[in-house]
Amino acid sequence: MMAPLLELEDVSRVYTSGGLLGRRRVRAVDGVSFSVAADGPEIFAIIGESGSGKTTLARMILNIVPPSTGTIRFRGTSLHHGWRRRARLDFMRQVQPILQNPFEAFNPLKRVDRYLFMTARRFASGDPEQRADEALRQVGLSLAEVHRRFPHELSGGQLQRIAIARALISAPALIVADEPVSMVDASLRMSIVNLFSLLRDRLGVSIIYITHDLATAYTISDRIIIMRDGRVVESGAARAVLDNPQHPYSILLKGAVLSADAIA
Amino acid sequence: MARVLRDLLRSNREFGIGIALLAVVVAMAAASALSPYPPNDTYVVPPDIPLSWAYPLGTTSRGQDVFWLLTFAIRNSLAFGVLVALLSRCLSLLIGLTAGYAGGMVDRALMAINDTFIVIPLFPILVLFYFVMRDRMSWVLLALVMAGLGWAYDARLIRSVALGLRTREFTETAIFSGMTARQILLQEHLPYVLPIVFSTTMNNINWSIGLEVTLSVLGFTDINTPTIGVMIYWANQHTALVAGIWWWIAFPVVLVVMTFIGLFLLAVSMNEYIDPRSRLSRFGA
Amino acid sequence: MSILTVSDLRAYYITRAFGIEREVRAVDDVSLSVARNEIYGLAGESSCGKSTLIKTIAAATRPPLRLMSGSVTFDFAGHRIDMHAATSSDIAAIRWRHLSYIMQGSMSVLNPVRRVRHAFIDFAHRHIARPMPEFLDIVRAHLRRLHLALEVLEAYPHELSGGMRQRVTIALATVCRPDFIIADEPTTALDVVVQKDVLAMIRDIQQEIGSSLLFVTHDLAVHANLCDRLGVMYAGRLVEEGPTADLLRSPRHPYTAHLVTSLPRIGDATPRPSLSGAPPNLADPPSGCRFHPRCPLAMDICRREVPTMQTTGTAHRVACFAAQ
Repeated sequence: MMAPLLELEDVSRVYTSGGLLGRRRVRAVDGVSFSVAADGPEIFAIIGESGSGKTTLARMILNIVPPSTGTIRFRGTSLHHGWRRRARLDFMRQVQPILQNPFEAFNPLKRVDRYLFMTARRFASGDPEQRADEALRQVGLSLAEVHRRFPHELSGGQLQRIAIARALISAPALIVADEPVSMVDASLRMSIVNLFSLLRDRLGVSIIYITHDLATAYTISDRIIIMRDGRVVESGAARAVLDNPQHPYSILLKGAVLSADAIA
Repeated sequence: MARVLRDLLRSNREFGIGIALLAVVVAMAAASALSPYPPNDTYVVPPDIPLSWAYPLGTTSRGQDVFWLLTFAIRNSLAFGVLVALLSRCLSLLIGLTAGYAGGMVDRALMAINDTFIVIPLFPILVLFYFVMRDRMSWVLLALVMAGLGWAYDARLIRSVALGLRTREFTETAIFSGMTARQILLQEHLPYVLPIVFSTTMNNINWSIGLEVTLSVLGFTDINTPTIGVMIYWANQHTALVAGIWWWIAFPVVLVVMTFIGLFLLAVSMNEYIDPRSRLSRFGA
Repeated sequence: MSILTVSDLRAYYITRAFGIEREVRAVDDVSLSVARNEIYGLAGESSCGKSTLIKTIAAATRPPLRLMSGSVTFDFAGHRIDMHAATSSDIAAIRWRHLSYIMQGSMSVLNPVRRVRHAFIDFAHRHIARPMPEFLDIVRAHLRRLHLALEVLEAYPHELSGGMRQRVTIALATVCRPDFIIADEPTTALDVVVQKDVLAMIRDIQQEIGSSLLFVTHDLAVHANLCDRLGVMYAGRLVEEGPTADLLRSPRHPYTAHLVTSLPRIGDATPRPSLSGAPPNLADPPSGCRFHPRCPLAMDICRREVPTMQTTGTAHRVACFAAQ
């Protein structure tokens, strides 16, 4: 049995604040466990509102912050915050992020293709320009369109696609997407969400899709967990959970989602 | 670069005036190479002669031509100011960027050192330095000491910009693109830090020339090398104003004020140009 | 009788820096009207001009935003005011009493260093000219009607959650019982559960006071659940307008149609279609109909001429050559 791609075991993250008198401890993530299998690519959705701990969870999976307790294992190896550079690069080659704000994901003063070339030089072999072009084509763009452009010259949807292309260059096994479409226009959102399905089916990349939007999660996810106040309240196969939520919070969440069908 | 200068000259009046003033000052400094009299020689021309065709800026009571003396003076003062500014910029950048990016204990340690240096009273230390070094006093040594004491304030400014930049999302993108910390600091963060560095450089030059003039006027430096302050020192020694030799003091003062104003205008106008926000609005973001 | 009439409005951002001049045509030839006691929704994505339109309607235009042509006229029960011809004291007189706002960032309305009570005093006391104790009673009664705890008045803004703050902003905007409320993305930054409550609150207060509401958001689902009429903007122009149910059930403009069909729905796992391309750069918009580069029904005439709003069906207007 192959080790799972990603395995979280009773992971918690506690933040302390306050001075000498009266420290406050906030459990941003509390005892979360799940695993993403290695035998087939899947889209694993983490649903939660603000304050649910989903972003902290994402940062722990990406090895940006360490968990306070519990272990996170990628392909059987525990993540370690104090890794040497080579181990860190190795990890980054296999796990890449997509961030929430496409306008902030790139330095506004620099050209966007620079990041693509840099990632290609560091993590991939062959001609960096060619690798960049290949990755861009996979997301529906091309190097010619993007070459020497600054972030402000492109739309949110385009920028997010470029961010996805950059994440694909190293041929990662896992992509962690933290609210990737919440800051993208409504009409461009579905094209990016559909792209995730494509990446899973065509390239075999597993995606952890973190969002508060139940509807898009319904469309593309295979499995899902719903988080509240740092804890997992419900988990299971995506369609099953969202069609028929059991936990009161999940039911509340589903009931609060507005639908345009209300009138139609 | 040339296009940038042309844009600025065309659209910004402050830049134009600043450049004009500095051009005069730098021309004066460069003219020192053409001086017929060595800088330290005295009584090479008749003393106390007012402005005339032979001596356009008059002569001093020590028998030196004010014009040619001034070229050396401004050259030395400028060189001193620039040297101090460059050295202290390097220190500020190094410490500020490192502290801001590394965070944690490194940041705390560096800032503890930083704050100690901010609090050190500069003037008494420099005077003390003079009394200790006395005959072995040299300009380079003084520049080193001033640079070593003048970096702290700006390091904190740079650190605060670096702190903010570290939490921005493009830093994370850069990390996951495989950039090393040094690459990130130099390529991603430096453009944001440059406006501060630039304007503080101008301020620093003004500050160091100002301090040099103060020390020299009081006689706490090497008074044998002509600088603006030293000129004024000697003028005071010979009670020039009382004796009516006003040109000995007036022209150094005018020239150094021109330098200050020129540098200031340059800093202000270039700052607006370099500032990332105004750059973005020029692009049309 | 329309309470708000916008005619042929044109508002551009004109920037001139370092010798480069740019003209961004944020609002180009927009005409619409809002009736009394009506909720009018304005839909469209970012950079379609809806925020600029709001600013121009509220006469909050500051350089580099400039009103190029057209007019914005309010009619508050016989008291007509042209927003851009009026003096600042005229406008100050109607602000909050007849025209109020609910903005996206509640923190930009509430002073972070003063208690919430002071916000009410600063904004509303001038219009409700009663001695302070009576005024505070009125405020408290208003809060009670909106099911808000009275302790909120004594709290500082940062002590309240985002949803709570937004509810306070709504209470603040409605305490003087204005005739017209402009709401700019008031629920966009809120969680889904909170959003539902806040929208219910907005609906209740609107029904009770009978004010008109101009509600701006890119979220069509919100429009579907709240607005009587809907106007869709694209690239600075109004492309379709009509009763919400009509628009969502049978959209006439290809852009509206795309917006409606691309909405994902729980319970429906079929892949949603997406549109290629991106919204245009308003400094250099396409010729003719601004949607033609992305439109599946684009014809030759769409490239050359700008379609005008034509009425089809009851109060349903479209600006599209293919729909006519």
